[in-house]
Amino acid sequence: MKFVTAIIKPFKLDEVREALSAIGVTGLTVTEVKGFGRQKGHTELYRGAEYVVDFLPKVKIEVAIKAELLERVIEAIEKSPNTGKIGDGKIFVTSLEQVVRIRTGESGPDAL
Amino acid sequence: MKKLFASLGLMFALLSPNLVLAEDAAPAPEAAAVESAAPAMAAPAEAAAPAAVAPAPAPAAEVPKLDSGATAWMLTSTALVLLMTIPGLALFYGGMVRKKNVLGTMMQSFAITAMITVLWMVAGYSIAFDTTGMAKGVTNLYSFFRSLSKAFLAGMGKDSLTGVIPESVFMTFQMTFAIITPALITGAFADRMKFSAMMWFTGLWSLLVYAPIAHMVWSGDGGFMWDMGVLDFAGGTVVHINAGVAGLVAALVLGPRLGYGKEPMAPHTLTLTVIGAAMLWVGWFGFNAGSAVAADGRAGMAMAVTQIATGAAALGWMFAEWMSKGKPSVLGIASGAVAGLVAITPASGFVGPTGGLVIGLVAGAVCFWSATSLKRMLKYDDSLDAFGVHGIGGIVGAILTGYFAVESIGGTAGSMAQVVTQIEGVLITIAYTAIGTYIILKVLDLVMGLRVTEEQEREGLDIALHGERVE
Repeated sequence: MKFVTAIIKPFKLDEVREALSAIGVTGLTVTEVKGFGRQKGHTELYRGAEYVVDFLPKVKIEVAIKAELLERVIEAIEKSPNTGKIGDGKIFVTSLEQVVRIRTGESGPDAL
Repeated sequence: MKKLFASLGLMFALLSPNLVLAEDAAPAPEAAAVESAAPAMAAPAEAAAPAAVAPAPAPAAEVPKLDSGATAWMLTSTALVLLMTIPGLALFYGGMVRKKNVLGTMMQSFAITAMITVLWMVAGYSIAFDTTGMAKGVTNLYSFFRSLSKAFLAGMGKDSLTGVIPESVFMTFQMTFAIITPALITGAFADRMKFSAMMWFTGLWSLLVYAPIAHMVWSGDGGFMWDMGVLDFAGGTVVHINAGVAGLVAALVLGPRLGYGKEPMAPHTLTLTVIGAAMLWVGWFGFNAGSAVAADGRAGMAMAVTQIATGAAALGWMFAEWMSKGKPSVLGIASGAVAGLVAITPASGFVGPTGGLVIGLVAGAVCFWSATSLKRMLKYDDSLDAFGVHGIGGIVGAILTGYFAVESIGGTAGSMAQVVTQIEGVLITIAYTAIGTYIILKVLDLVMGLRVTEEQEREGLDIALHGERVE
């Protein structure tokens, strides 16, 4: 099992969700986050007080999947939010040791 | 316990001069009443003289009669001016602070509204608008403030009149001015003042600074600045310079917010601020056109120039910002509108449309400079620019009133001599309010302390002082 975490631009969320649904991913978790990377922030000006905003709003997606789905999941996430500009985001993949479905007590790949 | 006694002591200190004054005043009004009666008696005599053939109608014309049109407009104006503080100013300021302080900031306007209502009834109205013992050209103690002879609105009945409107309406109309003035000051010390100290400060300030200044400018013949000929239609000196300078003094005495200049202190919801500014704009028609205390041509002219000056000032600030900083900001245009409203306040009722246009444009550009550059240059933390907008805007308006006044509108023509009189009025107001504010704050600082603790300031006033927060 694999755990895929992706940071993407907020307005690309729906496209990514659709792409993942299309390849059979049945659930994902979304968090609104802020981050700092190579994409420059912006400055805000309030009555002459200038604030440099380094942390930009992003969306974090987390999906737990069977290992054999990994390549297609990465491909789906990579393709849809790609605008070709700095700030499109990143995908992190980690191994997943255990999954439990709380309702039934099932564990392992069956619980995904 | 110690604090409580100190507070009580302060209360007595506040009351005693007034009580002493009331005692002192007891014999004085008789003498003064004779003085003031003399010209009053002379006037009907003169009027009656040409009409010697039919003397009967002349005295009848002297009896003031209620004007229902004027009364209707003043009832409306009073509601409009109250709308300026709650919710207008509460939203305007509330949107500009950080999220952790929004409730505390709105609470300040709301609590001041409640408290000044009571204080005005108890003593403020009497100190400001009792005119017993005052006569034109006579400068005595009563030229600066009056005693408590009208305390608890003594003598105000259903049929009491002030001019052509019921005294109850005039008193309540003036009450809404007394409410907004200390509420304006809160912008200068936003985010860091103890609520208890804020209540004591604004309450004492209202009685010891606001009421006397209002008395000097507005009480009529015998009032110190009234007799000097200072023109202030709706409160450029009384409300805006007064509150602005008090705000500057308070910002200096309290010191800057923690992390000022280093940490971001961006406004948390500018939509609230824009709504607040819009309500101020609408309410200001009651403030300025209502100050005619009549529903007549002068009130109409006051309304017209208020609208013109505000539009011009909003554009003035917007273009100044657009040219110098690159973008026309929403906070900028809203601030510009308020600056224009402030600057036209003393001038409305005296100037014509052209004067209003120029006053607005100048105020917009000058206040943009004072709120953005002057503040940074002098390094004081006037959090929401109470001084930068109200102090500076008030000074600009008060001085330009002397130049742009039109005789056919307000009875006084603009001249350099009048400009000098206006500057004198501005300086007297600045001196009185600066000294008064400083003393009140220093005493309170010794007695109870003015600032919240560092932890409370970090946590935010909402949780620390009120035990509530917004998500």
